[in-house]
Amino acid sequence: MTDTVPHITSPFSKPANDNSRMANPPAGAGAPPSGVPSADGTLRGKKLPENVTHFVRILRRSGLQVGPATLIDCVAAVRQIDLGNRSEFYHALACCIVKRPEDRLVFDQAFDIFWRNPKTLERMRDLMLPTMRRETEEDEPEDPMLRRVDEAVRPPDDDYNDNQSGEEIKFDSVLTASQTERYQEMDFQMMSALEVSEAEKAIDRLVLPIPQRPSRRAIPKHGSGQMSLKRTLRRMARQAGLPIPVFEQQQTKPRPVVVICDISGSMERYSRMLLRFTHALTQRRGRVHSFLFGTQLTHISHEMRDRDPDAAMQAISSYVKDWSGGTRITSAIADFNMNWSRRVLGQGAVVLLITDGLDRDPDGALAHEMDRLRKSCHRLIWLNPLLRFDGFEPKSEGVQKILPHVDSFVPIHSLASIGQLADILSASMNSGWRDKSMAGWMDRLYDIQHEASMLNTDISQTGAPRPGSLNPEGSA
Amino acid sequence: MIPATVASLSESMAAQDYVLSEGLAVSLFLALRQSRPLFLEGEAGVGKTEVAKTLAALLDRRLIRLQCYEGLDINAAAYEWNYARQMMQIQSAGQGKLESADLFTEDNLIERPLLEALREDARGAPVLLIDELDRADEAFEAYLLEILSDWQITIPEFGTVAAATPPIVIVTSNRTREIHDALKRRCFYHWVDYPSLDDELDILQRKAPEAGPELSQQVVRFVHRLRDMKLFKAPGVAETIDWAHALVELDCLAVDPATADSTMGVLLKYQDDISRIRGTEAARILAQVQTEILG
Repeated sequence: MTDTVPHITSPFSKPANDNSRMANPPAGAGAPPSGVPSADGTLRGKKLPENVTHFVRILRRSGLQVGPATLIDCVAAVRQIDLGNRSEFYHALACCIVKRPEDRLVFDQAFDIFWRNPKTLERMRDLMLPTMRRETEEDEPEDPMLRRVDEAVRPPDDDYNDNQSGEEIKFDSVLTASQTERYQEMDFQMMSALEVSEAEKAIDRLVLPIPQRPSRRAIPKHGSGQMSLKRTLRRMARQAGLPIPVFEQQQTKPRPVVVICDISGSMERYSRMLLRFTHALTQRRGRVHSFLFGTQLTHISHEMRDRDPDAAMQAISSYVKDWSGGTRITSAIADFNMNWSRRVLGQGAVVLLITDGLDRDPDGALAHEMDRLRKSCHRLIWLNPLLRFDGFEPKSEGVQKILPHVDSFVPIHSLASIGQLADILSASMNSGWRDKSMAGWMDRLYDIQHEASMLNTDISQTGAPRPGSLNPEGSA
Repeated sequence: MIPATVASLSESMAAQDYVLSEGLAVSLFLALRQSRPLFLEGEAGVGKTEVAKTLAALLDRRLIRLQCYEGLDINAAAYEWNYARQMMQIQSAGQGKLESADLFTEDNLIERPLLEALREDARGAPVLLIDELDRADEAFEAYLLEILSDWQITIPEFGTVAAATPPIVIVTSNRTREIHDALKRRCFYHWVDYPSLDDELDILQRKAPEAGPELSQQVVRFVHRLRDMKLFKAPGVAETIDWAHALVELDCLAVDPATADSTMGVLLKYQDDISRIRGTEAARILAQVQTEILG
């Protein structure tokens, strides 16, 4: 490790003029380090660090997180290897820069182009990435970030509020104020643009409970609890052998939350609001993973981490390609099970599946995939905006396939229903817990399926009773 | 002691029966040369843990293994005070004659793997294997930061213990959750992929030499086809070796569909995958493998 420090100066010695912090090299770095091949090293040392710096900068602009420390690593690493061997050079840079398998693709492409001719890449990047213009175009009025900044700077305009909404709207985290009652029950789909933006703000301010699970660790507790021999002995050692018992209590830790949200045409209005909700959830705590699906599954956790909800939404909408199109629930869930479940469902995750269950997937393996999903998570909660209709019946094929495999089935169409979700999340989640209302849903599902099968037999066998079919009293 | 070039490192690892892919060879070489931890991520059974074991054997260093699990804390991972011993000291000294400096001494310190790894060893700095880090709590990752960047542990009652020569650290993860960037940043990173066909044949001939060349060819090609099939859990190298052993145990000179079916549980560990492959699918793959070998 002492070996790496002296390298710091060399990559920065040339561009240091625009960075005064780097003008002072660490003590003892003036002399060339003993570990570097001297004659050879100085020869190649001229151009290589500069090129590596350049390469790293391009990667950074392509979205890879490459800090200055990594750059130093790279320069130190390439000095250790045989530079005549292109593949060794490639792997040396890769092990310093690529810190997750997904970054590999970007790295590979950049490497391929850059180390053939650095100028090509730069020209291509300028052509292909319009976002790079951001540095110069600061007066772009459409950028919501800027609009927000603008709003923040401008003093509150009283006339505007009075004319537009007619009343002062106050949302608090619990959302119980009487003025907000109207918003509470209002369907997201029925909201005007202004109401939508008010509701969005209310969601931003929501304080949602995060489901907890017992941790293996314990924390000391005053009064009663389980006596901790270890802590007692430790205190005895400090207090010259005076035996005073110390108690401890099992700690809890937050469960990971995974949101899988449908953004197909039928869900359009809700998904916008629910993304906002997911954002609020993500901001509250780190371990929320979010996915969107229409015709394909997209991972958006990274975009969701942006503190500014508008910026996050914009990033997502430019990133996701299948807004308001068809739905392919089965393939989306299958994709999740195959490629993500083992990475994000560890440590007893709670899954929020947001969809209306109207599947356009011809493949009939939905029930199978749902079963697998439920078996790999702690709790599977289905949020369905269609549930707002009192007469909702589990009649569509997709709904019938999903319903038997979820632990809770709740509406999500208004601020009030989001509030209900909070209750479900904070409810004690012991294993084997399933929402009480699920029994009623299963009864109704059974009745509907039973009726359908009776109908089928009527048609095919002209009224002959189906042998062996159970026939309990219909409870719907 | 530490090989001077990537090629010589690969050769000496191969002499210990570990076949390095080129990417892994370069990462490992750099980690050794620059005293940096090496972070290995990949599917289960691709030989991540084996790297550390082989390296320890190759360099003739002590291997210290820290198996991570949920709830792993400092007392189990780094150090613990010997309270019983301290109690006895207090008892025998009597009231008011002991200072806390007398109690919190080196003798009363029980060393756990992380602290052990910082200690001087006659054979040279040990190889520290931090296995399956994704199983530990996030809080533990933060604790590792000090050790992995400064090679020291701070014990509040005692002081800072720093390593004279940094240990060789291999961190592995199965990626059941993402490890924080702060920790990855301190390491060289390599995603351990399944080996290429030739590499895997090489591995199999070293690890299961009793399987003949024809059987090895069949086994490796069969497994490679399975890996392309988007199974829920594709078989790792460990499974390949296990399967070869199993077939040898059953006195098979060549894989036939019936034997493949009955031993499928050695390769695949999910019922969905097994029921998909077993039967006609296995026979089809075997036929393909056969034409591949002949052609």
